[in-house]
Amino acid sequence: MSDLLIRGGRVIDPSRNSDGSADLLIRDGKIDAVGRNIPVAQDTTVIDAAGRVVAPGLIDLHVHLREPGFEHAETIASGAAAAAAGGFTAVCAMPNTDPVTDSLATVGFVVRQAIRAGQARVYPIGAVSLGQKGEQLTEFGELVQAGAVAVSDDGKPVRSSHLMRTALEYAKSFGIPVADHCEDLSLAQGGAMHEGLVSARLGLKGIPAAAEEIMVARNIILAELTGGHVHLCHMSTRGSVELIRWAKSKGLRVTAEATPHHFTLTHERCEGYDTNAKMNPPLREAADRDAIRLGLKDGTIDCIASDHAPHHYDAKEREFDEAPNGIVGLETALGLGIRELVTSGLLTLPELLSRMSTVPARVFHLPGGTLAVGAPADVVVFDPGQQWQVRREELLSKSGNSPFLGETMQGRVESTVVGGRVVYQRRPTN
Amino acid sequence: MTEGRPRAGAPASQNRPVLGKDLVGLEFLSAEQIRLVLDTAEPFKEVSERAIKKVPALRGKTIVNLFFEASTRTRISFEFAEKRLSADTVNVAASGSSVSKGETLVDTARNLEAMRIDMVVIRHPSSGAAQFLASRIRSNVINAGDGKHEHPTQGLLDLLTLRDKFGKIEGLKVAICGDVLHSRVARSNLWGLLKLGAEVAFCGPYTLIPREFTQLGVQLIPHIEDAIAWADALNVLRLQLERMEAGFIPSLREYNRVFGVTRERLERAPKDLVILHPGPMNRGVEIDSDVADGPFSVILPQVTNGVAVRMAVLYLLAGGGPDWRAQRSGDE
Repeated sequence: MSDLLIRGGRVIDPSRNSDGSADLLIRDGKIDAVGRNIPVAQDTTVIDAAGRVVAPGLIDLHVHLREPGFEHAETIASGAAAAAAGGFTAVCAMPNTDPVTDSLATVGFVVRQAIRAGQARVYPIGAVSLGQKGEQLTEFGELVQAGAVAVSDDGKPVRSSHLMRTALEYAKSFGIPVADHCEDLSLAQGGAMHEGLVSARLGLKGIPAAAEEIMVARNIILAELTGGHVHLCHMSTRGSVELIRWAKSKGLRVTAEATPHHFTLTHERCEGYDTNAKMNPPLREAADRDAIRLGLKDGTIDCIASDHAPHHYDAKEREFDEAPNGIVGLETALGLGIRELVTSGLLTLPELLSRMSTVPARVFHLPGGTLAVGAPADVVVFDPGQQWQVRREELLSKSGNSPFLGETMQGRVESTVVGGRVVYQRRPTN
Repeated sequence: MTEGRPRAGAPASQNRPVLGKDLVGLEFLSAEQIRLVLDTAEPFKEVSERAIKKVPALRGKTIVNLFFEASTRTRISFEFAEKRLSADTVNVAASGSSVSKGETLVDTARNLEAMRIDMVVIRHPSSGAAQFLASRIRSNVINAGDGKHEHPTQGLLDLLTLRDKFGKIEGLKVAICGDVLHSRVARSNLWGLLKLGAEVAFCGPYTLIPREFTQLGVQLIPHIEDAIAWADALNVLRLQLERMEAGFIPSLREYNRVFGVTRERLERAPKDLVILHPGPMNRGVEIDSDVADGPFSVILPQVTNGVAVRMAVLYLLAGGGPDWRAQRSGDE
């Protein structure tokens, strides 16, 4: 592989608090040098990054790639390509596939498919319980050996407090977090959206904020009991943010993520029964969205994760209460982050990038999230000022279930480099 | 109030200026449009009193009654309304149709539309199903009840019945009693009453009267005695047995004892009340028989008005102007 020089960009590396104009030289798949006026050798490939930002590749701790089992909605290859187009160099794939990623073989399958795809890196998340049934722990040790970076029964909360306790304790042996989808099912059962005035008017069963907060509180208390690391998935309520703030003030090993849709949209988006506004946790109220934003600012919410959840067109083209939850998010996450959080002045661009690369790498102990010399050359180059429209036909994901279709995003990915190889290069349009 | 404010998902008024293409819910109608329907219903009442109950207003129109949920009163009422307007009608029930073979709602509707129909009347267990369909087919869509969302023709016939009784809706105090949480009738009544200037209260156990509605100006009255003392009219909702099984109330017996509309309670009221019920009734649960059959009950006039209101809605959606008689004389 020839050397790659990304020249003349604004290099932002949140891992070293650096931000300035520089060249970035990549050799043998690693960051070789960062500095001004790095000379160009004969066979060096050059990416001109003038006017662009050069940053550690984005890392998404929460995606659903649907393979095996639901390849009509997404495959590991299409999902990893969508990730690269969104500026992600690594994503963590949730285990709610068919079969469930709960064994050495199924974790290994994800790893192999990701290598064959050769796009963004894909790290499997193993199931907490066999078949995600909430009964018997999976073999965490073997899953980690096969490549799992965390365990989660995502989509299905770990209902039994005893199982959650043992999972947190057992996971400590392997240094991995337990990621939980916090939802008290007895409160949420049958719910199609946030419980509030909009659900009351639309005649849809609501999911109260309490359904999430009860499980957030439980998980925090179990983190204290066990000393284990609990990672709270897709936080959506102001009460959850308060609880996490309290947990962090006690020094507990609690980390949390929030999605772009929860820091952007509110439950009013469900008006008209738009199934692309149906997700779980549901879109909440403006006060919740604002609390999530402040939580991202002060670090209560550690990082941004997309909860990329592709669904086939037919699955969403139906009655609201019958439609599945979730939206695709890999290709709009950066554009929403800049549009919603940076242009509003809430976060600086380096702060946003830390919450999308450096911090998630630390939370799941992943390589990447840094441009330090010697680190794997996982790099994103994007134009932070460029506005663009989300068009279904331009998305690389196999599914187009996004509430942001037709909307204007800010910040366009130009190139994505994984291990020194350019896996995504935007084709010049217009 | 949200009246007049365009909102995401509100059915677009297309080529029909009077009511729009569809009737999905009263939330999306203005006070003027609601009054127009009620005024249009008045002369249609008389058609049902004739020996030959038929006018040619919808001659040549094809209407499909698409019922995905059991219904007697509403389905028959629509069918009479259609037939008395001389429309050609077809009834499709979910069981015994391609729906039971797994066909999606939108495919069912598109296949019907391919046979060149003019209107679809839909009853469906999912909230939003009528609006979903309305935005996907060219035919007029009339919501005959979608999940827990709206049942606009029921709301309209309740308004017509109240107007018959009191002369006007404005200033009336109406208490909607019982299972508001799961009731599409309650939601359609709420919008219609608020738009026409009535005061609305919900009465029932707190498990069944969502507090969010207070943001729209609705009062919550936890005790039936207080609701009776406050209201000019009670609209008593059907309490479904399933609500007890789902834990919203401990027993039907207690419900009747604590929240039931009984003669004893009405006799203690400072004034006479008008009692409405959308049916079917659970006698001895939410309403006692001597109230249902008593002098203040307008439950059967509601049913009679239902046909007239549905005739008015069908006629207006088909493009009829405010005065159907004028139109008819042109037709003939």
